[in-house]
Parts: sequence; C-alpha cells; structure tokens
Amino acid sequence: MEIKLRKTIKDRKYKISRVVAKGELGRRIRDMGIVPGAEIKIVGEAPLLDPVMVKYKDTVLTLRNNEADSILVNARGV
Amino acid sequence: MKTLKVAIAGNPNSGKTTLFNALAGTNHQVANYAGVTVEKKSGSISYKGTSIHITDLPGTYSLSPFSVEEKVARDFIVEDKPDLIIQVIDASNLERNLYLTVQLLELNVPMVLALNMVDVAKSRDTVIDAQSLSKKLRLPVITTVARKEEGKEKLLDAVINYDFSKKQISIEEFSYGEDMDRTLFEMTNKIDPNNLLVKKLGAKFIALRYIEEDELVLSLGKKLIAVHDQLIESASNVKAHILETTNTELECIIADYRYGIVSSLIKGIVKSKVLSIDRVFVSDRIDKVLTQKFIGPVVLLSILYISYQFTFWASEYPIAWLESLFGLVSSLAQTYLPDGHLKSLVVSGIIDGVGGVLGFTPLILFMFFMIAILEDTGYMARVAYMLDRVFRFFGLQGNSVIPYVVSGGIAGGCAVPGVMATRTIKGHKERLITMLTAPFMVCGAKLPVLSLLIAAFFPGKKAMLLLVFTIVGWLSALILAKVFGDTIIKGKASSFLMELPPYRFPTLKGLTLHAWQKTWMYVKKAGTIILAISIILWALMTFPGLPESEKAKYGTSELQAQAALKYSIAGRVGTSLESVTKYAGFDWRTNIALLSGIAAKELVVSALGTAYSLGEVDAEDAAPLSQKLASDPSWNIGVALALILFTLFYSPCFVTLVMIAKESGSWKYGAFTLIAYTVLAFVISAITYSSYNALVIQKISLDILALRFSLGVAGLYLLKRFYSNVMMATKGTAGCSCSQSSCEESC
Repeated sequence: MEIKLRKTIKDRKYKISRVVAKGELGRRIRDMGIVPGAEIKIVGEAPLLDPVMVKYKDTVLTLRNNEADSILVNARGV
Repeated sequence: MKTLKVAIAGNPNSGKTTLFNALAGTNHQVANYAGVTVEKKSGSISYKGTSIHITDLPGTYSLSPFSVEEKVARDFIVEDKPDLIIQVIDASNLERNLYLTVQLLELNVPMVLALNMVDVAKSRDTVIDAQSLSKKLRLPVITTVARKEEGKEKLLDAVINYDFSKKQISIEEFSYGEDMDRTLFEMTNKIDPNNLLVKKLGAKFIALRYIEEDELVLSLGKKLIAVHDQLIESASNVKAHILETTNTELECIIADYRYGIVSSLIKGIVKSKVLSIDRVFVSDRIDKVLTQKFIGPVVLLSILYISYQFTFWASEYPIAWLESLFGLVSSLAQTYLPDGHLKSLVVSGIIDGVGGVLGFTPLILFMFFMIAILEDTGYMARVAYMLDRVFRFFGLQGNSVIPYVVSGGIAGGCAVPGVMATRTIKGHKERLITMLTAPFMVCGAKLPVLSLLIAAFFPGKKAMLLLVFTIVGWLSALILAKVFGDTIIKGKASSFLMELPPYRFPTLKGLTLHAWQKTWMYVKKAGTIILAISIILWALMTFPGLPESEKAKYGTSELQAQAALKYSIAGRVGTSLESVTKYAGFDWRTNIALLSGIAAKELVVSALGTAYSLGEVDAEDAAPLSQKLASDPSWNIGVALALILFTLFYSPCFVTLVMIAKESGSWKYGAFTLIAYTVLAFVISAITYSSYNALVIQKISLDILALRFSLGVAGLYLLKRFYSNVMMATKGTAGCSCSQSSCEESC
C-alpha cells in the first residue's frame, strides 16, 4: 500500500514508490536523487512542524510539507 | 604560451568554490553573468608554462535549464565552449554528483573529475576506487581535499596534460531505453553532420535536447538546422508514445535512465561498510540539538544576536580610525586650500560624502565575515529551515531573516549589506520582496535622527522608544512584504527544496576571501555613486550663492550660512515644498534636511543644524540642536513623531537605491522605492501629525476623531464605487480620465 511520506514514522526507512509532482518541483526532486526505488526517511521537523527534514542516500534535505506530500512510499517500510 | 579555458562545474556544497579559491588564489575578479545577478568568479593563473583561465560556474544539480543558475551554467558551456571542464564531485555523495557528470558528458566537453572531500568520505568508511572510475569514464579522476589544498598540483597537471585526442565516454554510449534510443537514432540520421551547430554540440545531444524541449537548443536549431520541423515532430511523437505506453512523463523516464547510467558507472567502485542512510553522522547529531523544536529557536536567536554584537564591537575601532583619518584629510584641506568654492566642494562635498560611506567599510567587512561563517558552516541552511514557516506567511523564505537583521532588524544595521545579503535567498520573487522591504528597518544612520528627536521631545524614554520603532520597522517590513507579494510582484512562490549540507569547519582563507570580495564590491559601487551624489548635493545646497548685498544683513557667520542655505536651490525646493509638507508639520528646514537624507540618512541631523543656524553639528552629539528644537514654537511632539515616522519609511538612501537597482537587475525597483516609499511616508506622517493636532491641540475627543476617520473611509469607498460605476457607464464612449477625488465635478 502507498502512503504519503509525511504519514510515516520518524527515523524509519521507507522505499519510494512514486513522485507525483509535475513540472519544476518534480524535476527538482528527481535531480536531487529522490526517485522511485530509493530509500528515504523523515529525520526532523521545523519548530512550527513545517518544513520537514528528510534523509536519503548520503543527503539530508528539507522540503515544505506540501512538497513532501508529492513523495509516496511503500507503507510497509524497509 | 599555451592557453586553456577551464570552467569549474559541480553541485552546490561540493566544495566547488573552495577548490576555485585554491586554484586561482586571490588573483581573481568577481562580476555577474550578463543580465542576471549570479556571481561569476574568474581568474587567470600560469602553471608550468600554460596560462589557465578559470571560470567558476554556479553550483547546480543538473543542466536541464529551469533555474537561473542552471541556465547560466548551461549557456556558458554551450556558447563559450570552454576547452575543459573540471567537475568537482563530493566523494561522500557520489551518486547524486555523477548525475550531473552524465549530463556534462552528454554535452561532449572534455572533462577532468576532482573527487573532492575524500577525507570526509573516508571518515564515513566509504572508499572510492578512483582509478577504476577513471578507466570506465576514460577521463582523469583526481582525488582532492580542496579545503586543505590537497591534490591541487595533480589536478592542474591533469588539466595541462589533458590528451584531447583520447575519446572519453560519450552520449553515443548511453542508453535511454528502447523507444527513446530508436527515436534518437532516427533523429540523428536526419541531422546534417556537417552543420556548424551539430559539429559543436553533437547530433545525439541535439536530438535529446529537442525531446527535452530545451529552449536554447530549440531556438538555435530553428535558425541553423534545416530539418528543425521534422525533429520537433519526432520529439512530440515519442513523447506521446511514451506517455501512452508507460503512463509516465518523458522527463521521468530520461531521469530514470540517467540514474541508471550512474548506477552502472559506480558498480564495484564504491566500497562502503554500512549504508549511509542507516548511519548517524556527527552532523546528524548536531542537527538533533540545533534544530530541536524548543532549543533550536533559542540557539538561533542567540547566534544571530551574538554575531550582530560581535560585528559592532569589532568594527567600532576601525570605524573610529577611518573617521579620524578623514577628519585629518579634511583639516588638511581646510588649512591648505584657498577659501572659496573649491575648498567648500572638497571639504563638504567630496571628503564628507565619500568619507561617510567609506567609513562604514569595516562594519560591512565584519558583517560579511559573520555571514560567511554562518554560510560556510552550513548553519545558514538550518536558519532557513527553522524560520521558513514564519516568513512564508508573509510571502518570504526562511533565509529572509539574515537581510532583515543586517539591515537593522536589531537597530543599527545597514541596508546596503542587507540588500547584498539577499543573495542567500533562492527564490527570485522572495528575494526581490526581501530586498524591497529590508530598508524599513532602523539602520545605523536613522539612529542619530531618532536619538535627536527622542532627546528633544521624549526625554528619558530613549531605550523604550528605540525598541518600539525597531518593532515598527519589523512589522512594516513584513506587512508590506505580504502586500507586495499579493499585488505588484507577480510570480509563483518558488519551491523550498534545499539540501542541508553537513556541518563543516570553515577555513579562515575562505571566510576572508568571501568577506573581502563583498566589501570590495560595496566600496566600488558605493564609492563611485556616492561621489557623484555628494557633488550634486553640495552644488544644490551651495548655488546660487547669497548676493553680497544680502550677506551684510547677517551678523554672524552661522546666520549667514542659514540664509545662504535658504537662498540655494535646495532651500528654494524646500520652501516650495512647504505647501505640501505643512500637512505633516514640516517647514523648509526640515524639507532640506530630508532631501539631503536621501544621500545618506545621517545627513538629516547635520543639515538641520545648518538650517537652524547652529553651524557644524556632530550627528553623534547633537545636544544643542535638540534643545533648540525643543524650545522652537513650530515644533511639538506631533511634528517630532511625524518626522520620526517619515525618516523610518521614506526613500532609502542613495547607496541602498543603487544596490537595489543592481541586485534586482532593474532601475525600476530603485525608482519605485524612491517614489512610493516617500509617498507612503508622507501619508503616514500627515495622518500622525493631524491626529496629534486634533487630539491634543484642538482637544477633539477620540470618538469624534474615530467617527470622522470612519466617515472618511466610507466616503472614499463610496467615491471608489461611484468611480467604477462611471467607468462602467462610459465604457465605449469618451473615457473619463479624472482622478477619484475630483470625479464628481469634472464628470
């Protein structure tokens, strides 16, 4: 089953199933290496609970909640 | 001597700039790429008999041209065609960095890879087999640690000994999937191989970029390639086909295959004990504390406050030295130049004007030094992360906090470095709005004006009122940011997606270079502009001189100076403006002071001094002037408040105007701040002054005033409705071009 990345448990790894963002955002996310098949996890959130901090491969990056919502992962985790 | 044109490409945070600094040293220029405000660093060195010209390209993750940086990098490679590209690769982040490598290889430019930060990778138990990577790519791969300048010679050797006859891995060997490959093959066959553009870029690359709809390649192709229309047709066919068969956008497919190429390249090359995603690095541990929900903001505020205090503490003495240096030059000119206009021009025009601006240099130097520390350690990205939600509400980004603080978010900053600091903001729209609103903060030059008026009319309340006005500065900047974002500044909010680089120790060399370049830019721009402005201003306040017959009427030289000022062009302008400015309680003296305040805000105090016939008044110690104003019958608390608010809101000083124009890339934004802010300031002061008059002087009670105010607003609203009705009715017939207020009579 697919769920949104933000619905996952913090500090737990999940496999990306799809990235649904189109246009520039979609391309930016792909350029950073967030592609289906890669593993990703949420590692933190800002004081006002938005943006979130995620880690994948060797990179830590931050995206706003609405941006993170375009990343869908496999609900079972890794 | 052999000459090589080399460009440095790479991801942001890969150590690209550090490597550039290591290679080019201090021997380089900083400019902007034509038409955009992306910094272009370039320098020439000579190494073992070869002269190498190095250009630092902006850091990018890819070359598909969406952002300005990507466009600039792509244009430079395609159009300036460097002989060789050094790509800096973060060894601890190999896969994502090689994604850019693939795109550079598609362009078929000779490349040398600098496998940078191998020490960090090693500390993370990742070992990269550089030799095998070099064999696979058939190009030199040199391991470096740029911050320690390790591998610099080897890299330069690889550059000058580059074998241009050897074929590195190229786009011909890359596969983008069966369907794409077939289309690319067909398109390539259609393209004439002898075409100049094709010779430069390669047929397969052109075909690929037609499919990706790269604007630059399409526009070049339209002019230069005979089969342009056929290529477009093939491209749109394959796109439709792929969307139909796989239900996926073509872009995603291409990205997938590029990552596929990367995976095949690094197979067997990276040896890592544990997957990085599972490891908790030192940097991750620091983040657990520094960006923690409660500790994070406290640490953030403390760090901002300490950097700010340090800047002012450290620059205090150098500023004083510079001031006394200019004082010395000024007194030398006083002594040795003959009396007359030349002396007056040199002393009051040139030395005071230029000195006033250059005197700020140490402050700017230290401020950029602190910003460089925040940036180079990686903390700046965390600041943006923590504050983004707050600033987004006002149409800004988390990074906007730095320009605001520097501009005077803590009273006493300066909008010039503030505007320059907006470069750390990624989104174009957010950057522009921050730049336009930063001047509302209480900068160091507004402080003397505030202090003077507070001392005269609100004695003993200085600390409290300064705090109040600082808060007013913040509120108005944020509110206007929201207004601008919703009205005049169009454009979509940019995506925030941003890498949080691992925390790093900055190097002193890097910090110093960074701060020095920014400061030098300030000196160059501010120095030349302010020289011109100072001379113009001096002329306005000097000519025409008082006729001899008039001079005799005034006993003291102070009285004579006052009369001469009133007689000058500036004085006449000030006097004629009285008919408008009387609504805010300003007479000709204040008008002149405010006019000269556009050159530099601290001049308001000294101009008031001359206008009140006190002769020279020191902006720092204006006690006599403050007593004079307090006892002057034309002054009261209402006027003082109106003037304080006017000073806070009206046009930024000229240096800031110039910076806004340069950094936004358009003079229209400079003109906008000059005119719109002055009008805004006038409206605010006029309301303040007349409310004070009504409430305190005429003792009209508050509820009557509120009633009048709401009647006024209601009246305006009715007028607006009436106006739009009239416009509707007259549509198609002769238009009514009257203004709102005079509509009833003239229509």
